[in-house]
Amino acid sequence: MKARLCETMTHDISLTVNGEKHELSVPPDRLLVHVIREDLGYTGTNVGCETSMCGACTVQIDGDAMKSCTRLAVQADGANIRTVEDLDDRGALHPIQESFMQEHGLQCGYCTPGMMMTSLDLLESNPSPSREEIRHALEGNLCRCTGYQNIVDAVEATASRMAAATDGGHNVD
Amino acid sequence: MSTELRPGDHAGGIGEPIDRREDPELLTGRGTFVDDIEKPGMLHMAIHRSQYAHAEIKGIDTSAAEAMDGVVAVFTAADMEAAGVPGHVPPVYRVPDMVEPDHPILARDRVRHQGKPVAVVVANDRYLAHRAAEAIDVDYERLDSVIDPVEAMGDGAPQLHDEAANNLCFEYENGDADATAAALDGADNVVDFSYTYQRIAPNAIEPRGMVAEYDPSTNDVTVEMPTQNPFLHQTILSDVLDHPQNRVRIKSPRIGGSFASKSMIHPEECLTAFSSIQLQRPVKYICTRSESFQSDEHGRSMEIEGAIGVNDDGEFTGARIQATCGLGATLSTKGTTGPTAVFGPMISGAYKIPELHYKGLGVFTNATPASAYRGVGRAPASFTVERLVTLAAREVGMDPAEIRRKNFIQEDEFPYETPVLTVYDSGTYEQALDMAMDMVDYEELRAEQERLREEGRYIGIGISSFVEPGGFAPTFYSEGLRMTEDDSAVKASFWESGSVRFHDNGQVTINVGTSSPGTGTETTMAQIAVDILGVDHDDVTVLESKDTRTLPQGQGTSGSRNAVMGGNAVRESAEKVIEKARKIAAHQLEADPEDVDFEDGEFAVTGAPDRSMTIKEVAEQAYLGHDLPEGTEPSLEAQSGFNPPNLTFAHGTHIVVVEVDPETGEVDIRRYVGVDDCGVRINPKIVEGQEHGGAAAGLSAALYEGIEYDDNGNLLTSSYQDYALIRAPDMPELELDHTETPSPSNPMGVKGKGESGAISTPQAVVNAVTDALQPFGVDNIEMPITNERVWNAVNGAGEGS
Repeated sequence: MKARLCETMTHDISLTVNGEKHELSVPPDRLLVHVIREDLGYTGTNVGCETSMCGACTVQIDGDAMKSCTRLAVQADGANIRTVEDLDDRGALHPIQESFMQEHGLQCGYCTPGMMMTSLDLLESNPSPSREEIRHALEGNLCRCTGYQNIVDAVEATASRMAAATDGGHNVD
Repeated sequence: MSTELRPGDHAGGIGEPIDRREDPELLTGRGTFVDDIEKPGMLHMAIHRSQYAHAEIKGIDTSAAEAMDGVVAVFTAADMEAAGVPGHVPPVYRVPDMVEPDHPILARDRVRHQGKPVAVVVANDRYLAHRAAEAIDVDYERLDSVIDPVEAMGDGAPQLHDEAANNLCFEYENGDADATAAALDGADNVVDFSYTYQRIAPNAIEPRGMVAEYDPSTNDVTVEMPTQNPFLHQTILSDVLDHPQNRVRIKSPRIGGSFASKSMIHPEECLTAFSSIQLQRPVKYICTRSESFQSDEHGRSMEIEGAIGVNDDGEFTGARIQATCGLGATLSTKGTTGPTAVFGPMISGAYKIPELHYKGLGVFTNATPASAYRGVGRAPASFTVERLVTLAAREVGMDPAEIRRKNFIQEDEFPYETPVLTVYDSGTYEQALDMAMDMVDYEELRAEQERLREEGRYIGIGISSFVEPGGFAPTFYSEGLRMTEDDSAVKASFWESGSVRFHDNGQVTINVGTSSPGTGTETTMAQIAVDILGVDHDDVTVLESKDTRTLPQGQGTSGSRNAVMGGNAVRESAEKVIEKARKIAAHQLEADPEDVDFEDGEFAVTGAPDRSMTIKEVAEQAYLGHDLPEGTEPSLEAQSGFNPPNLTFAHGTHIVVVEVDPETGEVDIRRYVGVDDCGVRINPKIVEGQEHGGAAAGLSAALYEGIEYDDNGNLLTSSYQDYALIRAPDMPELELDHTETPSPSNPMGVKGKGESGAISTPQAVVNAVTDALQPFGVDNIEMPITNERVWNAVNGAGEGS
């Protein structure tokens, strides 16, 4: 009666999402993305394929961009998770959000949260990536609308903005 | 800091590349997609789908599923019948004399494609619903299946529907067969061509989904789902469920991409609504990706035969094209469109071809129903013409650019009526070609090609000069399908609505009948209103017709029509509002309306600029109603139904440069140069975004995509592991420019644009790859152009060559 066990047995886990700590009791087969979206209500993260192939579900887990659709919630016990909801400050956009908007790096917007979380992970380790490096970093994130060119432009623009911001905000548009 | 940048900070009229007003909510995760919707007491639906492509259903055992704790209901076709629900999805467009088989939302006694819904489970948890659906046991008796449409028409092929002999659903013709045959006979040369335009899955990154909620106290069933056509879908759902149309309400949240997949009614939309009505509870259903591959209606799927007559001097005498479309298991809602009225009328391409004949066949096969995908019909039409033209150039030893130039419709020949009953509005085809050739440095490239060949390296140049009919209109376009009103299963039309309503504080609400799948229509409509009315962006709210209960009737989004049709409806209403406001202003300024000018949002008496009022002040007076000219009703608003005489015809030339490695079969896209002309560009940034996305769709189709089945009709491409979409590192840097030839069909001069790249690009790639491989005698290669196909072509190993 394995299925029965799955339905009834739960595990206690703790997750910190966007700085807020949550204690939950989850079935062992529950996917992290469903805990983030449905149990905790952070619906900005999206699901596109359930196979780690499209990247719409990308969040940052302990600072690294990870796909949350093929990870069990129990595997994330104790993790510190950052989602798209953490980027803006009460509507004041983060530089990457401004850049995506100005460079028209989104159309339908479904892949965009995942694109931004992946891009921020890249910029953390490589603050001024080449276009080729940006394209390579975004290889695991599918977009059917934009043809990627404006996304690459947006990530480049974000790099410039963030570099300028660490310079005291000079030379920012 | 530019964090202060918001819509409204710009003047932002027509022609300005302003930021999109849709973006902040999408960028912050606050936008609502369908799977974000939760309702109190909401249940989850999962579907048991056929594992076989073709089988009789001998029995369905639902007992194990029903016994699971938390399963609320299991429904099969028998339950639907017991509830008196017709459960048949009708086609929207009919072709004369076509066979119209049953299209049940749950299989009744037979399944005809893998993935056909056989039963649904509704449970209190999504995971449980899926587990229970797997626990349903169906007893099948398997039948032989057929996937290839040409094979399906042959003797002895498995028959899908008793009423469709040889699996033929319909034949459609356009042009003069005899005259075309004579024109080909009379040509110095005839070039033949046959090709498979592969099946493509639309692949919006947001899977289809819906939340249905039934209210027994009002008999309302409200279905929230991403849809390009809310009003059409209201009509269809009403028919399928036999539920009063005014008690069916469709609401579309934000749409996470569509590419036509959300312009159809599939069984799932109906099943969710049915379950909700039966259980009197909200029910949610979200497709998994593998279900999307099995159930989203596919596009293309055409076996194409073509021939063009060309004289030794490069002049075309005539062309004949036949497309046999694999419709799949049954007729989908828009299944008739692909091989008919959006293909046949476009086989003249950008050229003067004196005689043309087109024949389209729709054939049932054991595949997922096929229908529209970005560029439906027009993509294979343009593909075929551009391949024929390129092959004709090779035949007579002309440069492919020169043969195009020689046969182009010239700027002074518009309006131009083709032999396939299409009237092109305007165009500057040669200028676009010249500009693209300059950008790519064509002559130097040809020289480089020669030099590299001597080194054993193979680059190829592929040209595609396309015409995209867009701005789908007018009401009588359905005549192209020979569809009379009596033939129409569902009343579909192609006019569009738009209204402008001032509020008493001078702010404005725009309603437009479109339903954008992510293409920035709210921003575009606001730009039109801002430009004409002289108000600020911050004072303008735009509502598309995404709620059939509260918003004006709209025809929705399809065929690159939002800017043209919605935009002009809004423009007309804005102009009507100004005329009413002018009368009120003239009355209050004590002048004749003819003596009152309107500029930048202000009415002023000619020659007396101090006697003026802003349109905001007029709005306030219009709603106060204390001092209006005699016979003028209070309020300031106008509604329009835009119904122009013709479609619009965008055009352009795209040039793709590839390097092909004959040893490995690797195709490297070195350059992508595009010159597009869609008339006046309301928001150039949004237009370029459409060009980028279209180019990516076209490159993806050319190099990576293709639905595949095995001999038993099993779908082999049901995840992104097996079905490849183009990814960021695969895309070249796009080099784009444009010309601007206004359309005379509408006062703004705009042309539909959203599908150009998907229409034009694949043939540019095939032309480039075969150009690169000329030293190996390769004139044709099938899509997707995999390394294996290239290697086989180079080595003369059959497939691909």
